[in-house]
Amino acid sequence: MSLKIANATKRFGSFTAVDHIYFEIDKGEIFGFLGANGAGKTTTFRMILGILDPTEGEITWNGKKIDYSISGQIGYLPEERGLYPKLKVSEQMVYLASLRGMAKKDTLRELDFWLEKFRIEDYKNKKVEELSKGNQQKIQYITSVIHKPDLLILDEPFSGLDPVNVDLLKEAILYVKNLGTTIIFSSHQMDHVEDLCENLCIMDRGKPVVQGKLKEIKKDFGRKNLTIHADFDCSDLKNLRGVTNYQTTAEGVRLQIIDETVVQQIQEMIFSRGFIRKFQLDEPSLHEIFIEKVGTKHA
Amino acid sequence: MRNFWIVTKHTFLTKLKTKSFLISTGIMIVIVLILANLNTVIDMFNQEKQRTVAVIDKTGEYIDLFENQLMQTDNSFTIVKDANELEAIEKVKSGEWEGVLTITIQGSGIPEAVYQSMKISDESTIRLLQSTLTEVKNQKFTEEIQLDAMQIAELYTPAAFKVVSLEENAKSASELNAARGLVYVMLFVIYFIVIGYAGMIASEVASEKTSRVMEILVSSISPVKQMFAKILGIACLSFVQMGAFLLVGYFSIRNLIGKQDEIDFLQFFGFDGMKLSTIVYAVIFALLGYLFYAVMAAFLGSLVSRVEDIQPMITPMTMLVVVAFVISMFGLGNPDTILIQICSFIPPFTPLIMFLRVGMLDVPFWEVGLSLILLLASIILLAVLGAKIYRGGVLMYGKGTSLKDLKHALTLGKKES
Repeated sequence: MSLKIANATKRFGSFTAVDHIYFEIDKGEIFGFLGANGAGKTTTFRMILGILDPTEGEITWNGKKIDYSISGQIGYLPEERGLYPKLKVSEQMVYLASLRGMAKKDTLRELDFWLEKFRIEDYKNKKVEELSKGNQQKIQYITSVIHKPDLLILDEPFSGLDPVNVDLLKEAILYVKNLGTTIIFSSHQMDHVEDLCENLCIMDRGKPVVQGKLKEIKKDFGRKNLTIHADFDCSDLKNLRGVTNYQTTAEGVRLQIIDETVVQQIQEMIFSRGFIRKFQLDEPSLHEIFIEKVGTKHA
Repeated sequence: MRNFWIVTKHTFLTKLKTKSFLISTGIMIVIVLILANLNTVIDMFNQEKQRTVAVIDKTGEYIDLFENQLMQTDNSFTIVKDANELEAIEKVKSGEWEGVLTITIQGSGIPEAVYQSMKISDESTIRLLQSTLTEVKNQKFTEEIQLDAMQIAELYTPAAFKVVSLEENAKSASELNAARGLVYVMLFVIYFIVIGYAGMIASEVASEKTSRVMEILVSSISPVKQMFAKILGIACLSFVQMGAFLLVGYFSIRNLIGKQDEIDFLQFFGFDGMKLSTIVYAVIFALLGYLFYAVMAAFLGSLVSRVEDIQPMITPMTMLVVVAFVISMFGLGNPDTILIQICSFIPPFTPLIMFLRVGMLDVPFWEVGLSLILLLASIILLAVLGAKIYRGGVLMYGKGTSLKDLKHALTLGKKES
């Protein structure tokens, strides 16, 4: 049960939206798909769903091309929310789930379960247009998972949610993952990706720029962050070899260093200078990696 | 195939349950009822009204005969005989009386009348008065030359005149009338089906795009299947609505005829002389016409992303139907012209105009066959093209509604592998 995207490329005329991406996602894994707006995320998802055909390359699910015969195994949450505004929650759930091969009775039972999970039982017979954006979003999520898909595609699932609902949704995504569902999701909020994914791919204008396991990506990135909170002057560290970035903060300085050997050097330099309230070495955040890999090119 | 029926059923049921559909159907049924009972409705308003006309007969010979004759045809008139002309004119001006009729005699003895009224646009009254006077004059003159009733009857009998067509299988006059009646009705039905329901399909597609639910739909059912399921769903809806109108119309007219004479329902419309083949053609052309315009509407609908943009997008299509309708209306009176013949082979016009021809003329079978093949071929072509555009169009969200979008949609929908 794995999704394999082999050298998929999509061109629209002379414009290349997706350029030779290659990755494989195993069963029950959550895969993060990052990229700035227009990086080719949605096009990739549409190719996975079989709505668009790749110009080159191949996308397979369990060794087979994805087509409408297995649409019951696939769940999709599009970036732009799509529900019938005039239909009641239960009505459209029954309709959309029936298109994925689910019987009405089962749909209603599952719907009750999910509404309770999201604490919105009262909305079952409300029209979608009467719900708040956040609640519509939850309904949208339910439509993508109600038929217990094997492969779930979430395009920007967290956009427009408040922190409480973000946590509810994260929980719901992990719940589905634990049922054995393979999940691929995109976001440009890096902290969500860090919380959920083991593997990820950062896209920039159709090309993958960073790809692999989250831990390894961070390790390979090399640079780390060193935070020093102290009252004495540290400005000489700015010119130290191995320090790539120097920032003064309210309580001290924040450095970006190329590896751990620099830390020792710094320790020797400043530990004798006086009292240090904080001396902390951090892994780089995904945010920094993203900005580094994608952001500078846009600047 | 399962999903196909799910979409069909969903389209049909949700549309059926909308308030706007129920209300418009209700209004149409009321209109059908009113039309079918138009006579009763008009009588209801006119019953009370007695019209008073002052007749000033300067000859003194016509007034009694005139009154008798008028009472026989329409007893809602009251004749005032001994009115003073000036007073009468005052009363007419105040609206109390309908008008003043002054009868004098010309040199040759032929009566001459002047009718003064505030309402000279009321032609039915004027014509009634005029014909009554003419009849009275005829009576008087025939009496003078001493003709008896038999002779008078003979005098007014029109010459016998029969039309015989030398063409084989030609339609008899009664058939032609029946055909004209049916063609007339069918033209309207086809016209309204195309205008009403094709527009419904286009806006249905566009509204699914607006709400972006389309993205979910295209991931679970192929756009092409979806398009045809929608067309079928709306077709079912149109059967229900049309069926309701026809039933209401049928029963209220039968009710109406039942009150009057022993006329059969079909006779009422002059449908009794109709051939079965005309009805079969009517059904075939109505269905194909619907299909042609429905497919066109579906793919036009898939090109816009907001319901507001639908109107300009489908206007050219609507114009096409209107042109076909106008040509066929012209053709009703004169179905055998070259223009009509040519138009009957042009696919968007075929459903209306070829039907008009087969209904009213004896068209060689190969011509009907050829036009049907052309129509079917263009439906298939449109469906293939439409399906391609639909596939790409539903994924395209822009504000444009131009030919460029059409091209873009085609590239998006292109099958590659």
